[in-house]
Amino acid sequence: MLEKALKGNKQYYGWIAALLVVIGVGFACYLWQFQFGLGITGMSRDVSWGFYIAQFTFLVGVAASAVMVVLPYYLHNYKAFGRITILGEFLAVASVTMCILFIFVDLGQPTRVFNVLLHPTPNSVLFWDMIVLNGYLFLNIIIGWNVLEAERNNVAPAAWLKPLIYLSIPWAVSIHTVTAFLYCGLPGRGFWLTAILAPRFLSSAFAAGPAFLILLCMLVRKLTKFDPGKEQIQSLAKVVAYAICINVFFFLCEVFVVFYSRIPEHMDHFIYLFAGLKGHSALVPWMWASMILMGISIILLVNPATRKNETTLVAACITVFIGTWIDKGLGMISGGFVPNPLHHVNEYVPTIPELAISIGVWATGFLVLTALFKIAVSIKEEVSGVS
Amino acid sequence: MEESSRRTFLKLAGFSALGLGAKPVLDAFASSGGVQSKPMVMKGEKALQAKRWALVIDTRKFKSEKDLEPMIEVCHKIHNVPKLENKRHEIKWLWTEEFKHIFSSQTHDFLDERVKDLPFLTLCNHCEKPACVRACPTKATFKRADGIVLMDFHRCIGCRFCMAACPYGSRSFNFRDPRPFIKETNLKFPTRMKGVVEKCNFCAERLAVGKIPACVEVSKGALAFGDLGDSKSKVRELLSSNFTIRRKPALGAGPSVFYIV
Repeated sequence: MLEKALKGNKQYYGWIAALLVVIGVGFACYLWQFQFGLGITGMSRDVSWGFYIAQFTFLVGVAASAVMVVLPYYLHNYKAFGRITILGEFLAVASVTMCILFIFVDLGQPTRVFNVLLHPTPNSVLFWDMIVLNGYLFLNIIIGWNVLEAERNNVAPAAWLKPLIYLSIPWAVSIHTVTAFLYCGLPGRGFWLTAILAPRFLSSAFAAGPAFLILLCMLVRKLTKFDPGKEQIQSLAKVVAYAICINVFFFLCEVFVVFYSRIPEHMDHFIYLFAGLKGHSALVPWMWASMILMGISIILLVNPATRKNETTLVAACITVFIGTWIDKGLGMISGGFVPNPLHHVNEYVPTIPELAISIGVWATGFLVLTALFKIAVSIKEEVSGVS
Repeated sequence: MEESSRRTFLKLAGFSALGLGAKPVLDAFASSGGVQSKPMVMKGEKALQAKRWALVIDTRKFKSEKDLEPMIEVCHKIHNVPKLENKRHEIKWLWTEEFKHIFSSQTHDFLDERVKDLPFLTLCNHCEKPACVRACPTKATFKRADGIVLMDFHRCIGCRFCMAACPYGSRSFNFRDPRPFIKETNLKFPTRMKGVVEKCNFCAERLAVGKIPACVEVSKGALAFGDLGDSKSKVRELLSSNFTIRRKPALGAGPSVFYIV
């Protein structure tokens, strides 16, 4: 089926070429980082994780959200999603690829990465994160590929796939839970030290991922002869609507606990993010933008008229995606490090090479996504005889 | 793994390797009575040993930053700690903080004049239950049987999970090659490369040859180092006769650094 990714029109090749250019720039910057060290980034002794780990965290969510199409189809026999499960699974593959790359570019000694396997350490959450991420990647590649191939050959998927598909459902939840456990089990970081972190991660994931999938479905419909379907998009929209409401609810639960208890070590991070602390306020406009975007998206998604109208639905999905991205891909990580355990306020701002490397990783993910979607859509066109 | 020592780990690794490959050979030697069949890691003859090392800092004996400088200087000098101008890339094993920072959860607005402006020595606490050791995915940071939390600079992958885990901000990361920033290299202690984490090691390399930590040596009696497991040790004597505090006790990490305020 891979050959399908190699045959495309000018537009397709133009897009691939553009991605390759971006990847090239990112790769060049990575070589610079490899040579010099992580000092070319904005990270510091106080904010020792930055943009890379934040992108990783956000993308684990996008990956996990594939379960939102897989679960209704396989557990509730919701036939309509059968049309788009492959798109969800391939989106997960592309997202996990980016996650792994973001972890890799964040390592100070990347050539030693296999020490994690040479000296397996079950008391480290990072060890488990490696297992669940790689496991999820392989599950989705195997399931997606085989189900698609079966569809192409007009036969039922092999029986041995079923247990793997069922396994992939809790596995999706596990990847984002374990990722939250990276942070919420750390004793000295009040911002993350909350049991609501994993549920918050999951709810924002189930909002951001399906929102992105809706946008991708609309793009596929526009660019190809395969229509993912109106009903499918509308069902996804309901998922996004519930998830973004629950996400904001969880966030407000945390805000209540933090500000009613008034424990400084938990409160100061929120004050830093939303009002600024000791004259440092780089993230304040971003965080409020995130809140406003999520608020707008709730209005657009809960209201049936605007949810059913595909133009306003697009706007809602974009606001959900950007709103949750700021929350997790920008505020969540550096917010936990400011102020530091000694209550010093040292802010973090990513540098240009750091952003170039990050965009390079995103572009790599989009390259994988483009190739996989091209394959999936070509097969769908072939099967329905429209190509 | 947290509680077990590196020595046990090495022994185990050694045994397994021997069991797999070298047993017949060793047996042959043993039967001829030539070689000891059990591999052992030996301590140096002069090595100082303890059940659990601890440091007691008598802050009453300090007046200003100047009194603390010799300790910081000797520590950073013998351990090849680089001096980086960029504050983001700063590496420090031993440094000073004001009371409101080092004891941020115990401060208030009406501290007495002496304590308010007094610089406090800050370093790795060599915790009883170190969060950094729990977090490390490669056992590059580990706790020895004598309580010292060490770093294996050659195993560290630079993921910085330990830095996020440490509730005391005791760890530094080499954001760039540190070697050009070391004024005078001490050839008896390794320098580090870029991309690895480092911190105070309670002068493990000095204890191994019978010397007390360098900061304690130059402290003119303000710092005491000894065995918490020995009721007659200097540190136990100080702890039983003075009121001492530790950093962030509520976290339960169990620091081995005590402060007499």
